[in-house]
Amino acid sequence: MKYVVGIDLGSTTTKAVVLDEGGRALGRGITNSRSNYDLACQVALTEALIHARFSFVAQAMEERGVPPERARGLLGDLERLFRREQYRGQVDVLERTTAEVVGRFGVEDARRGVAHIVAAMRGESDALYAKGASRKSDFFRDLAGSRWHALAEEEARRGGGDFDVLVAVFDKAILEVENTPWAEGTFERFVRAALADAAGAAGADAAALAGGVDRAVSLALEQWSSVGTGYGRARLPFPKERIRSEILCHGLGAHAMFPQTRTVLDIGGQDTKAIQVDEHGIVTSFQMNDRCAAGCGRYLGYIADEMNLGLHELGPLAQKSERSVRINSTCTVFAGAELRERLSLGEKREDILSGLHRAIILRAMSLLARSGGVHDEFTFTGGVARNPAAVDALKALVAENYGALTMNISSESIYTGALGAALFALRDAKGRTSAPVAGEVAA
Amino acid sequence: MPTPKDALKDDSQLRQKTMIADHFTRLSRAPDTGEKCVYTYVPGNLTELLRAFGTLPVLPEINALQSGMRGKSRDFIALAEKTGHSEDVCAYVKSDIGMQAAGNVGPTGERLPKPDLLLLSYTGCFTFLKWFELLREQYQCPTVMLHVPYQGEGAITASMRKYVVDQIKEKLIPALEQVTGRAYDEDLLKEHLARSAKAEDDLVAVLESAKHVPSPIDSWFGGVYYIGPIFTAFRGTQDAVEYYRMLRAEVEERVRLGKGPVTPDGDLERERYRVVVEGPPPWTHFRELWKMFADEGAVVVASTYTKVGGVYDFGFRHDPSRPLETLADYCMGCYTNLNLPTRVDMIARYVREYSADGFLINSVKSCKSFSAGQLMILREVEKRTGRPGGFIESDLVDPRYFSAANVKNRLESYFQMIEQKRTGVGVA
Amino acid sequence: MSALTDLLDRAERVYRDWRFTTVKEWKARTGGLAVGYMPVWVPREVLHAQGVLPVGVMGAGDDLEIIRGDAYYQSYICHIPRSTIELALNGSLDCLDGMLFPATCDVIRNLSGIWKLTFADKLVRYYDTPQDFDPARGGAFVRKDLEELSEDLARRGARPLTAAALRRSVEAYNENRRLVRGLYDLRRDAPWKVPTYELYVLLRAGMVLPVEESSAMLASYRAAVEADTSRRPMDQARVVLSGSFCEQPPLGLLKTLERSGCYIVDDDLAQVHRWIRSDVPLEGDPLDALVAASLHDAIPHPTRWSEGEKKGEDLVERVRRSRAGGVLFAAPSFCDPALLDQPMAVAAIERAGIPWTAFKYAENGGQFQVIREQAGTFADSIKLWSAA
Repeated sequence: MKYVVGIDLGSTTTKAVVLDEGGRALGRGITNSRSNYDLACQVALTEALIHARFSFVAQAMEERGVPPERARGLLGDLERLFRREQYRGQVDVLERTTAEVVGRFGVEDARRGVAHIVAAMRGESDALYAKGASRKSDFFRDLAGSRWHALAEEEARRGGGDFDVLVAVFDKAILEVENTPWAEGTFERFVRAALADAAGAAGADAAALAGGVDRAVSLALEQWSSVGTGYGRARLPFPKERIRSEILCHGLGAHAMFPQTRTVLDIGGQDTKAIQVDEHGIVTSFQMNDRCAAGCGRYLGYIADEMNLGLHELGPLAQKSERSVRINSTCTVFAGAELRERLSLGEKREDILSGLHRAIILRAMSLLARSGGVHDEFTFTGGVARNPAAVDALKALVAENYGALTMNISSESIYTGALGAALFALRDAKGRTSAPVAGEVAA
Repeated sequence: MPTPKDALKDDSQLRQKTMIADHFTRLSRAPDTGEKCVYTYVPGNLTELLRAFGTLPVLPEINALQSGMRGKSRDFIALAEKTGHSEDVCAYVKSDIGMQAAGNVGPTGERLPKPDLLLLSYTGCFTFLKWFELLREQYQCPTVMLHVPYQGEGAITASMRKYVVDQIKEKLIPALEQVTGRAYDEDLLKEHLARSAKAEDDLVAVLESAKHVPSPIDSWFGGVYYIGPIFTAFRGTQDAVEYYRMLRAEVEERVRLGKGPVTPDGDLERERYRVVVEGPPPWTHFRELWKMFADEGAVVVASTYTKVGGVYDFGFRHDPSRPLETLADYCMGCYTNLNLPTRVDMIARYVREYSADGFLINSVKSCKSFSAGQLMILREVEKRTGRPGGFIESDLVDPRYFSAANVKNRLESYFQMIEQKRTGVGVA
Repeated sequence: MSALTDLLDRAERVYRDWRFTTVKEWKARTGGLAVGYMPVWVPREVLHAQGVLPVGVMGAGDDLEIIRGDAYYQSYICHIPRSTIELALNGSLDCLDGMLFPATCDVIRNLSGIWKLTFADKLVRYYDTPQDFDPARGGAFVRKDLEELSEDLARRGARPLTAAALRRSVEAYNENRRLVRGLYDLRRDAPWKVPTYELYVLLRAGMVLPVEESSAMLASYRAAVEADTSRRPMDQARVVLSGSFCEQPPLGLLKTLERSGCYIVDDDLAQVHRWIRSDVPLEGDPLDALVAASLHDAIPHPTRWSEGEKKGEDLVERVRRSRAGGVLFAAPSFCDPALLDQPMAVAAIERAGIPWTAFKYAENGGQFQVIREQAGTFADSIKLWSAA
């Protein structure tokens, strides 16, 4: 079947959204690989197509009358096991490349240690992907990196090599692991292996599940059109006419998710965008932050580093504040100094954090005002939209300044730009004179 | 204003190049020939008067912007900051101070003469005051403050005009007489003024040619070349008269042939967007930005920057019959001496009269005379014209303030937004 | 003692009240017009003579959260116009019938244009102070400007300007300026008696209250501190604070400087009270006298052309007169006039062998730790230097 894809090459992650000819969402994928733009696109697309194929497994089970609840459970198991196979596959590549790195840099003392670590990682894969197990990240680099670190420490303690050398080997190798594309037939290999383990638990539905997998594997997916967008779009392997501004993509993507959207705020890692769209999702005006990254997601990153916290921990901690501290500067350069001064004055961490979140949102408010204000409905997207303290501050300030209105935040908001790009791709494919398609997409 | 390089190869531009080269050579020889040199600014420059006294004008802003275009401003600015200038302040000043500290070698590679007089024509910019105070410290030479009142109420009053005329008559002319040893010759001044008016007629015809669709010129990237002679050392000279006659003929020929404007990559094939631009260009990335526009098929049909050295397209001409009054009116009428409501009127008028799809503001960090209030201008012009405004940020000559990715992102989004609005349906 | 505390409390309340409650009360009481002004060169006498209350609007300090003001300005513009716009948009300035924008820089000049576009129904005037100091040229020009302002005010219901009324106003402001100068002299001679932050809140209150009330306040303060024997000298370094003439530093910054070991013995704060250096003569035409004072008796300033003077020499002179050990250059971020002036002033004081240090601030900046350390180190080094 034909599909169109939109790719959003962001500053920290690359996202892909795949639609069918009718504009129906088939799948979406994300990667944090940044080493190579072509490859990041490829990985995101591969992930989106995996997601799409799994949606066909689900469809097949539904047609065969597997109750929805049961089908979801089976699909979840299948996907989890598929990810385990994928993880193992990448550990295989890691094994090869680390061994090669050891040879290339002549650190033979580390060879045994490296082998031990890889073997241990492979051994852990069942537990890592066991039912109900939680993982810190969906990205191989993060998962493997944190395990490698821990295992290298153990190994060094046991005299299996120098810790710094072991870590350096991983750092050299991981780029190559990320840069190794999928071979032909990989999906089938992994999904069949996953099915073999999942079938036992499927009982009476095993045949339906296997049928679904057959359908997903046999599906011939043919790319009809593609559009790229995002921070790094100039580097995308796309011809110029297939590249769209992220402002337009965000506007259209937000419109597709929430058709009543009139104002969109996107706070990403590198920039903040305030966008006004009309009833068709067409951008009517927009404003962006200047070269100064104050008030963007990156600022929260600095704060998290300074406080020795994970990025995702900031918001919940700030929400505990009962007395927010007023922070006037959102200058990234001074963030650390301001924080330390506040702490030395005896202010509580949560109160300072609460103030910082408000300060960031104030910057966004000024961009919104410059772009024409906030109109109903208001859609908030980007990485910072997942931060509950930022959302609280935004809700309060919008209500204060623009009155009560509907504020939309989608759990899928990170895909807004890619979705918009995919819709542009669909429009391009259908030709400029064809009928509107966004209505169909909303389904 | 920049030295035309390979971008524009018309005869007029070759002529301009020769004019500029000759002028800088003459300046470099001034210490030997004994010709007197007067440093002054583009807005409110009194070139006819200076020329009538046989003095040669030196324009520090032009030297600074040339340093930007030649990739030298970064080092000059660093030099000035090393001697105590803040990162926060105007980069033209720092580039100029740095250039002088580095030996005062001008854009053509020849050394610039020391000033015999600093004519501080204080027009539309407070930083001019500080700039010449700094130069006065350095050169210890006579300095004349010509206070040009701001059009705060949106008009020139008799009292304002008299104030400027009296200063010219009682301060500036005696100072020029002193420096040159020549007596003031009003008839000679009138001859210069008559030539100015002639060149101004042709300049206006060139600028207004952009009302044609497609436009034969770009009024910002190209415009800065066209205003070169008349904004700098040549207004009132025969050279300028001939340059503008030539330029006008060339542009009329482009109209006849239905040609679009010149770009860094040759003639523009297809005009896709017509925009009005407010603000000066980022000189350090002039060609890069020009290419970003050209790649999108965007043509600047009118700009406010090409009015900083005089607003001629609403009827003002230098008038030899009232020589000092006309100089006073000229000074007070320069773009940055106009209040914000007048600037808004002007941009809105350009959007309408030049059939523009929208207007773009390039906000430069250095020049608060332009940039403070531009977000208000954006809002007002959008409201009055119903056309979309775009906003990019950069600097005149400080390359640290140019983020190509940020500017390109905003520009592409802006042009695609116009396109999407125009085709209407978009993805409905 | 408690009278002094009450007085200072009241002054600080007036200074911090960005809602301008006292102005509203004054208007309700008198039915007069109130006109706001920005720094520095304000002909308050003319307003006063027409029964108009001049109200200093120096931004909003660090008390107000900026929500709408930032939408008007890019990141490379100073802070004062943002908070001023914020005040106007949040309704705090509704009590003002007009605004006066004296010529100090391009930002404030263009702010007058924003005002014209946004508040079309109010009196909005850019006040172009002369840079030519000849009475027949600059004098005639500024006199005409003042007459136009006065006619504008009269059209809006203010009393017409008369020579008699203007003379009385000049007298009232002469008195006020004498009191201010007196306190500056007292602080110079006994800085432990007049902490800068106290003097400062009095000056700021004086920009909002009617001049007569301000004068009474200044006189009471003087009497109270002179009688107060509990204030004892400490071993602090005497410094001149230079460059803070427009956007004002937060009060916390002034306190920080004094707590770090400095006595501020001269400064550029709240200059509207001091831009005319001596009494304006009461003889002859008072408008002419006021014009003459603005031409020939105004302080040297980064925003004013210095005819024939050597840049920075006035600062050297101020350091000598106030027997200061050094100069603290404190300019608002992105303030072109202050920051471009600084290298020339630094050159002059270096020639004179005077120590100096420099920092930047914003009216709403909340971080003083770095400045505290810098000023403390500077104070110590001055003391060592002068002891050597």
